Amino acid sequence: MKALLSVLAGALLALVVGDLLILGVGQSPAEVYRLLLEGTWGNQYGFAQVLYKATTLTFTGLAVALALRAGLFNIGAEAQLALGGFAAGALGLLLPAGLPAPVAVVACIVAAAMGGAVGGAIPGALNAWFGANEVITTILLNFVILFFLNWLVTAHLHVPETVHTPAFTNGTVPRLSAFIPAFKGSAANATVLLAIVAAIVTGWLVFRTRYGYELRAVGLSPDAAEAAGIVPARVRVATFTLAGALAGMGGTNFVLGYKHYYEDGFTGGAGLIGIAVALAGRAHPLGIMLAALAFATLSQGGLAIHALVPKQMADILQGVVILAIAIASRQRS
Amino acid sequence: MIGLILQIVRLATPYLFAAAGGTVAEQSGIVSLGLEGYMLAGACAAAFGSYYGGSVWSGVLCGAMGGAVLAAIHGIATIRFRADQIVSGIAINILAVGTTRFALRVAFGSSSNSPRVPGGASGLLEIAGLLSIFAVSAVIDRTRFGLRLRAAGEHPEAATSVGISVSRVRAVAVVASGILAGLGGTFLALDQHQFSDEMTAGRGFIALAAVIFGRWQPLRVGAACLLFAAAEALEINLQGTSAIPSQFVAMIPYVLTIVALAGIVGRSVPPAALGKSGH
Repeated sequence: MKALLSVLAGALLALVVGDLLILGVGQSPAEVYRLLLEGTWGNQYGFAQVLYKATTLTFTGLAVALALRAGLFNIGAEAQLALGGFAAGALGLLLPAGLPAPVAVVACIVAAAMGGAVGGAIPGALNAWFGANEVITTILLNFVILFFLNWLVTAHLHVPETVHTPAFTNGTVPRLSAFIPAFKGSAANATVLLAIVAAIVTGWLVFRTRYGYELRAVGLSPDAAEAAGIVPARVRVATFTLAGALAGMGGTNFVLGYKHYYEDGFTGGAGLIGIAVALAGRAHPLGIMLAALAFATLSQGGLAIHALVPKQMADILQGVVILAIAIASRQRS
Repeated sequence: MIGLILQIVRLATPYLFAAAGGTVAEQSGIVSLGLEGYMLAGACAAAFGSYYGGSVWSGVLCGAMGGAVLAAIHGIATIRFRADQIVSGIAINILAVGTTRFALRVAFGSSSNSPRVPGGASGLLEIAGLLSIFAVSAVIDRTRFGLRLRAAGEHPEAATSVGISVSRVRAVAVVASGILAGLGGTFLALDQHQFSDEMTAGRGFIALAAVIFGRWQPLRVGAACLLFAAAEALEINLQGTSAIPSQFVAMIPYVLTIVALAGIVGRSVPPAALGKSGH
């Protein structure tokens, strides 16, 4: 109940700041919010775009939440997402044309998970074995990994005059508009189902397995967990690796479902917003999916109101919501 | 050679300001993930102040205030409301990106850059950047406030028990960090005679890396800033030659700091109460 209240308080604060911004540029809040809802949940294309954006955010939200359950802060979802997308895009190019499509898709999803897992395993190992603060290492590694991918793509793999790799054909996932014609033009694709499965599996792992029990024990009290025979270092490495894999799979949404190539910078802050999604969703799979939809609505809604109010209002409101969440999720000291 | 040294000092100026600020705040126990946001707000406010005030000095004043306002938000959230310092820092950075773009768009009809504004004062700001490190060092090591600052960051309970208001010390420290980082952003905007979208380009995080790499000791932090700026100068001077890809040179500050954090070459140990509320 208290959790729900704090999320509502955040939404309310965002609404107040939003009103002030809208009035500040001389528009009517009622009219702007009407447009925002109409451009998202009010028509099929807008709704499909919300689904598309929520898909990536669900993956990054899960990646942050899983680590959070173990008492770790994963600020590296941005780079893990990029690594996953890159791995999927690279494998897509390498797969032989004759491979059956389902096999190719699964192979690319596994590649995305493995790419992200590498990005998670590094800070996990640095934390567990060298005691390096994971908040700082994941922030710094974001830069290192994104610079590295930028070099790989721009120096070796890009299509001339672009910052993306060549497109592939085997391993792609169909868009939802293939089944629901009203979604025509939207990037929403079948990886939304993968996101739902990932949320369910993550929930099962955390709440129904021995590993999940150990993970939560380490998150609540590493000392008590150790006394009970759990090895916190091992749990931390495993958790960060899994978290990275989850964020990495998020890369399939853009790479397998939308563009069919890896593009430098495609993550666009989805890893950072994943932190907000995980916190607003109280690190629970269902909460994460709802929070992902909410943040996706804000982001897509920004585009719908751009004629009246600069779309950057959505960024400001995201910041306000996260600040409110920060206040609600008081320190554990 | 002198040309190279001047180039390094010039490149280091935004780092020196922001890292001096970061050192003050972190020594008091406040995590400074928002340095990037303070800098960005400072750069934007400096351009606005210079444009509407018509002089470099109104730009400098507004730039310092721009950083201070965002830092004050971080301070109120984390000190008064005991918000999680890491999450609040992330929020500050997102707020800064959104607010500066929004302001650009509303004022100038473009969310990517401002028109040309009066600028300059670069030499003065470069000297001030260098001095800010020494000033922070002197304040932390030689003044009563510095003693209180370190007490707030190392043993807040002990500090409280001898009558120090940890909240007040931290509030002063966090606003000071905003002013300093804001000046770092100011230098960028006034040096280039305009503000452009996300013009700080991660410099706040390099400054944060310098704070950690310099083990929270002001003079070491200043040296780290110069070292990172030297790497950047190397990158610029190597451009066009294919010796080392620029992306690898750009990684140097981050990789060095990760290595330092992992304790492979001497461990960086943060203030004991960093990130913990003081009451």
